[in-house]
Amino acid sequence: MDYIKAFLLAGVALVAAMGANWALDPAYQLHAVLILIIALVMFVRVIRNAGEPRAVKPVPTGYDDGVIRAGVIATAFWGIIGFVVGTFIAFQLAFPELNFDWGQPFTNFGRLRPLHTSAVIFAFGGNGLIATSFYVVQRTGATRLWGGNLAWFVFWGYQLFIVLAATGYLLGSTQSKEYAEPEWYVDIWLTIVWLAYLAVFLGTIFKRRERHIYVANWFYLAFIITVAMLHVINNLSIPVSIWGSKSVQVFAGVQDAMTQWWYGHNAVGFFLTAGFLGMMYYFVPKQAERPVYSYKLSIIHFWALIFLYIWAGPHHLHYTALPDWASTLGMVFSIILWMPSWGGMINGLMTLQGAWDKLRTDPILRMFVLSLGFYGMSTFEGPMMSIRAVNSLSHYTDWTIGHVHSGALGWNGMITFACLYFLTPRLWGRDKMYSMSAINWHFWLATIGIVLYAASMWVTGIMEGLMWREVDDQGFLVNSFADTVAAKFPMYVVRGLGGVMFLAGAVIMVWNMWMTIRGPKAARAGATGTVPTVAAE
Amino acid sequence: MSDHTEKNVDEVTGVETTGHSWDGIEELNNPMPRWWLWSLYATIVWGIAYTIAYPAWPLISGATTGVLGWSTRADVARDIETHNAKNGPLVEQLLATEMNRLPENPDLLRYAVARGGAVFKAQCSQCHGSGAAGFKGYPNLLDDDWLWGGSLDDITYSVRHGIRNDTDDDARFSQMPAFGEFMEKEQIRGVAEYVYSLSNSDADAVLAASGQPLFAEQCAACHGETGLGDREQGAPNLADAIWLYGGDRESLIHTITYSRFGIMPAWGQRLIEADVRAVSAYVHGLGGGE
Repeated sequence: MDYIKAFLLAGVALVAAMGANWALDPAYQLHAVLILIIALVMFVRVIRNAGEPRAVKPVPTGYDDGVIRAGVIATAFWGIIGFVVGTFIAFQLAFPELNFDWGQPFTNFGRLRPLHTSAVIFAFGGNGLIATSFYVVQRTGATRLWGGNLAWFVFWGYQLFIVLAATGYLLGSTQSKEYAEPEWYVDIWLTIVWLAYLAVFLGTIFKRRERHIYVANWFYLAFIITVAMLHVINNLSIPVSIWGSKSVQVFAGVQDAMTQWWYGHNAVGFFLTAGFLGMMYYFVPKQAERPVYSYKLSIIHFWALIFLYIWAGPHHLHYTALPDWASTLGMVFSIILWMPSWGGMINGLMTLQGAWDKLRTDPILRMFVLSLGFYGMSTFEGPMMSIRAVNSLSHYTDWTIGHVHSGALGWNGMITFACLYFLTPRLWGRDKMYSMSAINWHFWLATIGIVLYAASMWVTGIMEGLMWREVDDQGFLVNSFADTVAAKFPMYVVRGLGGVMFLAGAVIMVWNMWMTIRGPKAARAGATGTVPTVAAE
Repeated sequence: MSDHTEKNVDEVTGVETTGHSWDGIEELNNPMPRWWLWSLYATIVWGIAYTIAYPAWPLISGATTGVLGWSTRADVARDIETHNAKNGPLVEQLLATEMNRLPENPDLLRYAVARGGAVFKAQCSQCHGSGAAGFKGYPNLLDDDWLWGGSLDDITYSVRHGIRNDTDDDARFSQMPAFGEFMEKEQIRGVAEYVYSLSNSDADAVLAASGQPLFAEQCAACHGETGLGDREQGAPNLADAIWLYGGDRESLIHTITYSRFGIMPAWGQRLIEADVRAVSAYVHGLGGGE
């Protein structure tokens, strides 16, 4: 077995060395060198241990939490990176000098922007989803993760994907598809990792010891399966050379645009909505210590959401080359999607029935509730913006950016923070978070930051939309584009400050997590007491 | 949920639960909120009605067009038609009137300037600035200093054919040599000082005097004996305080050594005739028109 492994690793190293030698572009070369180093290190380790008698390890029992601990740390780590880059590029828009002539092309807004979006969505959000899904599926299935070290492969494989994507952007490797920027070989790697993730999750579901599958797991599973499908189809492309990163899309023209926004919208729908609803359905009832409000509602809104979301993509392409009929359908499905989206909010908020008083004392629960509030607001704003008449004003303006961020910062960010606060003491066997008042600080900094962000973007978005369409009594344009950019300046500064506050809150969280993990173990025996002994399979 | 007979009731709310429990999480058996359900139904009914009214359902070839007969293309066509119907007579006049006679018709001039302003904001502001004050290398169009002439006809010609481009054979063209190729640095410094002295009082008289003969020999053919320039050749006036590439010593030395070659596209090849005329009228009316 060791020799097969060594052989395979040597093969990978050889191909990577050839890639590094013949690389047609710097991104590909760096990635080849990176993979070469990883393969060589693993090769040496395998060879050194080959033939050694193995210490007989006891069959592990209980929940497999090691990979979740790693995931929690990775979530916090990438979160900070993503927020720092986001705040920086927000100021780049206000003060273009921050693009730095000396740093071109690497410090250009155009290269840093995908770094920000991928870091927050895929690195921060994705690690949060993987970690919480592993936590939830074990607890609600009362069983250990399936697949042994496969979960670790998912973790490290996903981190490698993030590093390849991020360094690729900086070196100019991109498919120019929003939220699907990584080039072909990075896409293939992510597909492999994602299928492994699906295998671990499904395997764990199959060997669960509960009769029914808990609702959180429906959402996680829908998220994993749909993202796999979206990712593969939107990234169908043919490499120009196997020794270079450039590839050519299989779809062309408006078909490509439609495929891209079918993907792009469902990245929001399944990554940022379904997956995070999975989190919500476990962590909100746990933190509130109340039953889920309505089982019926969870079934109906789950299936309605899953069925409807997939058709809503064309609303990103109103008034383009996309045929009118597709645009109408995208808008209609988006509006019917409104109530199914709100089903999750209702079920989450109403779960607090009988526990509302805890909001006064529990900042973590307050974070959950706030995230649901922002979820409800964004999922109302979204269908509204999909209406063609509204979209003709809002499209291409900062309103879209504000909408995305009220969802991303308010819903995804807040609920992830709350989950990290929930998980950290439990995973490291501590009584509770090191500082409750720090969580309060985080809550208020983030909340005010989000409000500044969203409000300033509404103002500049609607203002610039109105300025673009402003015509005089003879029907002629009143403002030049540069006029609209100049008019947005003050709001860009406000947005940047909102970002600083949000980032400051996250830094406080990381400090708090650090102090919690460093702090003393819980006094009472088995503070990880939520872990029942799980029989080894 | 028929797999349990005993009713499990949540004590706080008095609502029955489904009887399942995962890691301590139970589910209440509340019905779906009525307002939620009815809102969902309402959006579905609205959705069906909307897809009947508007183009929506794909068929084998084409799609349903909707009973209202609405389409984005028809919308745009109607907008353009309305606009054209309103302004049609003025456009015809604009096309039929000689540019230098435009000011005789105030209504037409007002229309041309309004239309030209819109063209300028979309096409010209990128280089000349949305206020038309220009940048280094891109002339200020607000002043009365014109490289190629500031009459309506001159401006229209510049806009239509552009300057030093290689797409229009009638483009305005002139080229200043890069004197660094055949003059010593010391000589260039002298010429630059002489040019500097034309509009500044703090010039080094000795150095300027050393450059004067060279100026007469090399530069006067285009810029004139006294440096007042020549619009026939787009040669700038060097005796005023207006400088396209900077009038300090360093900039002058750079300009003389390496020359300059500002290009403007031939807008006659990019815009329709009415827009060319309109934007010329707009630029003429910015303040410096002759």
